[in-house]
Amino acid sequence: MAIPDPLMDGATVLGFLLLVSISAVLFGRYLARVYSGGLSRGPFGKIEAGIYHTIGTEPDQESGWRQYAKDMLLFNGIGFGVLLVILLIQGFLPLNPMGVPGFEFHHALNIAVSFVTNTNWQVYSGETAASYLTQMAGFTVQNFLSAATGISVAIAVMRGITRRTTDRIGNFWVDLTRTVLYVLLPVAFIAALVLASQGVIQNLDPYVETSGGTAGPRLIAMGPVASQEAIKELGTNGGGFFNANAAHPFENPGHLTNLFEIFLILLIPASLPFTFGELSGRRREGIAIFAVMLALFLLAFAGLYAAEWYGNPTLARTGVSGIPMEGKEVRFGLGGTALYAVATTATSCGSVNAMHDSLTPLAGMVPLLLILLGEAVFGGAGSGFYTYLAFIVVAVFIAGLMIGRTPEYLGKKMERREITMAVVVILVPTLLVLLFTAVALLIPAGAQAMLNPGPHGLSELIYAYTSMANNNGSAFAGFDATTPFFTLTGAFVMAVGRFVPAVAMLALAGALAEKKTVPSSPGTLPTATPAFVLWMIFVIVIVGVLTFFPLLTMGPVAEHFRMIGGI
Amino acid sequence: MARKRYPDVRSLEPGLLTRAFFDSLRKLDLRRQKENPVMLLVELGGILTTAVFLAGLAGRSGEPPLFTGLISLWLWLTVFFSNFAESLSEGRGRARAASLRRARQSITAKRLRTPESTKDIRVVSSADLRPGDLVVVGPGETIPGDGEVVKGAALVNEAAVTGESAPVIRESGGDRSAVTGGTTVIASEVIIRITAEPGKTFLDRMICMVEGAERRKTPNEVALQLFLISLTIAFLAVVCNLDPVSRFSAATAGTGIPLSATILTALFVCLAPTTIAALLPAIGIAGMDRLFRKNIVALSGRAIEAAGDVNVLLLDKTGTITLGARQASEMIPVDGQPREGLVEAAYLSSLGDETPEGKSIVEFASRIRKVPVALPEGARPIPFSASTRVSGIEHGGTLYLKGAADSIIRSVQAKGGTVPLDLEAKVTGIASAGGTPLVVCRDATILGVIHLKDILKSGIRERFHDLRRIGIRTVMITGDNHLTAATIAAEAGVDDFVAEAHPEEKLRLIRDYQAQGNMVAMTGDGTNDAPALAQADVAVAMNNGTQPAREAANIIDLDSDPTKLLDIVEIGKQILMTRGALTTFSIANDVSKYFAILPAALVGIYPTLSALNVMGLSTPFTAILSAVIFNALVIPLLIPLALKGVRFRPIPASTLFTYNLVIFGLGGIVTPFIGIKLIDMALSTVVHL
Repeated sequence: MAIPDPLMDGATVLGFLLLVSISAVLFGRYLARVYSGGLSRGPFGKIEAGIYHTIGTEPDQESGWRQYAKDMLLFNGIGFGVLLVILLIQGFLPLNPMGVPGFEFHHALNIAVSFVTNTNWQVYSGETAASYLTQMAGFTVQNFLSAATGISVAIAVMRGITRRTTDRIGNFWVDLTRTVLYVLLPVAFIAALVLASQGVIQNLDPYVETSGGTAGPRLIAMGPVASQEAIKELGTNGGGFFNANAAHPFENPGHLTNLFEIFLILLIPASLPFTFGELSGRRREGIAIFAVMLALFLLAFAGLYAAEWYGNPTLARTGVSGIPMEGKEVRFGLGGTALYAVATTATSCGSVNAMHDSLTPLAGMVPLLLILLGEAVFGGAGSGFYTYLAFIVVAVFIAGLMIGRTPEYLGKKMERREITMAVVVILVPTLLVLLFTAVALLIPAGAQAMLNPGPHGLSELIYAYTSMANNNGSAFAGFDATTPFFTLTGAFVMAVGRFVPAVAMLALAGALAEKKTVPSSPGTLPTATPAFVLWMIFVIVIVGVLTFFPLLTMGPVAEHFRMIGGI
Repeated sequence: MARKRYPDVRSLEPGLLTRAFFDSLRKLDLRRQKENPVMLLVELGGILTTAVFLAGLAGRSGEPPLFTGLISLWLWLTVFFSNFAESLSEGRGRARAASLRRARQSITAKRLRTPESTKDIRVVSSADLRPGDLVVVGPGETIPGDGEVVKGAALVNEAAVTGESAPVIRESGGDRSAVTGGTTVIASEVIIRITAEPGKTFLDRMICMVEGAERRKTPNEVALQLFLISLTIAFLAVVCNLDPVSRFSAATAGTGIPLSATILTALFVCLAPTTIAALLPAIGIAGMDRLFRKNIVALSGRAIEAAGDVNVLLLDKTGTITLGARQASEMIPVDGQPREGLVEAAYLSSLGDETPEGKSIVEFASRIRKVPVALPEGARPIPFSASTRVSGIEHGGTLYLKGAADSIIRSVQAKGGTVPLDLEAKVTGIASAGGTPLVVCRDATILGVIHLKDILKSGIRERFHDLRRIGIRTVMITGDNHLTAATIAAEAGVDDFVAEAHPEEKLRLIRDYQAQGNMVAMTGDGTNDAPALAQADVAVAMNNGTQPAREAANIIDLDSDPTKLLDIVEIGKQILMTRGALTTFSIANDVSKYFAILPAALVGIYPTLSALNVMGLSTPFTAILSAVIFNALVIPLLIPLALKGVRFRPIPASTLFTYNLVIFGLGGIVTPFIGIKLIDMALSTVVHL
């Protein structure tokens, strides 16, 4: 297994992505039906209506973007409060066979923010610090709700673009309910069964003690893993049940579960462009968006795979053959590792089946870059789509000028307000990363957190804040983020990186909904052409990377040149 | 017609250059620089590096003073070039404004109480005139303010405003009553009611616009500037971040020194979108100036930009699509009459007819008969009258008449003549082809029919074709009947037409189009066009139009040529295109600047990073300096492009986009690699750093 077969891996990945694409088209259409109310007349419609009755919302009563944003923030605020309390008092709550105590406050705060923001940056080890109740009622529930929040905002943004001269962009409670009821619950349910059938454990037993053979007695952690695994991937949450995340055999036993989990990670983010195509009545636009995302995904995969394949020439000179396998799982091989690493960082999932820290410098830069691009390549459930739209606004703004018209997208003019909001979405995570890496380096706590010296340590720090600001949640292991400085600044970065762009996008949607739609003509810039697809790739890469060029040079790139230089 | 335009102000005239030079220096004042925040930051950077340079001279800096000095010099030059571009574009407008201002000087006016009391005159200064005041202006006197003629008619020289030396008639009532302050009455005396506050006259507004003094940023400019400022903030954050990061790297690597303030400033200035930020004001002002050179005055910058977005053009048929009047194009005899007889009768019947149609018949006939155009002796012209609806001439006892078919038939039948059997077919034939039939008779004999036809302006078809290719719909508006309108519409190649339209219908039409999300442009001159002009997104009034029309419009065409609308659209697009192209260029440039500066700055800390020095620049100092110099030099090099605008091509948006993307996007990535390398080569032979 240590000698990978690029042809075989390439064929597997292409076949797999074809399957993802076909599923995305179908699932995208299904989503369009869900949000047009097509399923509310079905058998589950009674439950849906019951929920609206209980929370007292009129499903037909839509709101403007401000109300939508308020509802969204209120809902997430409550979710945060509940989770925080569970984390603090889990020691007194049931379903705690191992008797773990409550979390320290600054840890609890960081964890609660991280799960509410769909980041799942874990400053704890699941198996040693969280009770089963925390895992199920705390984490799994937030996995559903944070993903549903992201998808709801994306749907509201789609409405904003497709509607005209109205100030209504939807009802948050309706979108949220439909997402959970018709999308996340059924798919996660089936996925959990599939995973369990393949060996992912699902129990509430105490941990098992084994003799451990020559290594001495061992404690094997147990738990309701399959149910959480399914939604953690589907909702691009990424918080592992165990510390080793999807590298742990109880979370991800083999090749098949590996591919299945990657499929779950990509499913919703890949489907939303097609949903947009359906809802806007312009399927070609949806295809164009998907094409950009897929192209960048393939480029990233090829880059990561090639860098790992190239390996470390210094080691090769010493007679070590094969690719570096430290930190990787032999059962997934290079192909399965590379695909997982790209999928989990292209989307804002952040679950891992290998230690990104152990990748060669340039290969490790790929996941970092994908997160830096701000979730525009598929991205998080919902959040990826709306971030991509912010890039579209910037891209059509410049492109529109180049053809001599006030820029427009799908007939909507892009003016000051739209540009402001799009820039906020793109710039806020960027500024967070730049600001907090600088601050961390200026205080002693920062350098102490790095477990590796030099450029690699810098990469760890950059990766940590990039992951938090873009709500990914994966980490370059080898970085101690448990000190109060990191937990508190991390909580701030995650919250701002999640909610400021979300609210800005809702504001953008509100502004667009109020506009008239300009009929298209030969003078309109077509946005579903190969030329525009290339332009989008250019804009995403340039705007996403330009600001990180120096950091990347002093982190992974410097490390790379030192590696080939044999230092 | 003799035509005197404004002397073309050349941008490279020594006087203008000198003025722009000193003006650019004055603009270095930080308070004035804050209009352009990106350049303000560059200037602050220049102040910082200058301080480092001075400290270096005093021996308090680790960097060679030659390096910090040169960096400072080029940062100051960057700001200077930016100011120079703006000053130069303003200077051209100012030179034009100066000639306008001469016409605006305060003059005395003869104010009246009532239009009748021409004896009761009070002499006041033109600055004291208020709307509603009545003034009397005699021959040789200058009209003291904008207004309309309420009594009398006069020949007015409007050269001061339009540059057109041929005098025009201004008279009370009708569509030619508007007069502009600063123009001169040549003959006879008129009474004028003032309509504009002093300081807000047409001439004042025009001076403001060409000078760019009251230039407010247009919405698109504001949005673009916002984007540029955001980018700048991001890059500011990048260099601020680079300070601790390089400190950390140097400390852990154990070699090299953290990036100095000079290098960080240089990196920031190179990354910030200085090229577009420097040229942005010039692009807008120069666009206005290009319009002015075509004798078009935009009363708001917003209007020009809106012109770039226009997707529906409402055009009056007469004057815009067709030449003013119908012209004779054919003479068809009836009942076997000889053609010569018909031509002669048509010729004679039109000799006394001063209308353009009549003149065109005479011209047409004399081309066939080759006789001089002169009224025969003893002939008595019979002018057109509303009761008979025919006109003609009596010559040697014979009556030659022409007129609409029914009127001539009535006149012939009254004299006992018969109506030829083939007349009706020929008359309807012409009418159904969109022409106007005029029947000619000699006494009681009907000789034939003249085909009067609308003649398209030359080149109009091609222009409509171009417009369609760039996605602009043309809609023709005419009072003609449906049949005539359809013929002209097909001939001219407009997309749509509205026949038998009343002026009020324009307003409804514009609202309909706007409700569908279109941007509508129209031209107008009459008072009844005013509401539609006020509603249209781009409203072009003819300078010879009425005062209400001129006030409702946001663009005035001094030549009164409605086809100019197309030029306005073109310039509007050019302004946006130039902005987009330079923005793309500016951002694409950053890639090469990173490759120039980063390896140079970091090679001390990580020597292996010299592998990134893909351009093979000679030393770290020359590398950084070359990037800064390129960044500065590109501004003056692109000034001509900013002033002239990116060339407009009537091609579909998708093609145009690909085209500009290759030139400014790809070109923007590649050019600086070459430029920086060349500068480095030159630099390394001159200085030793």
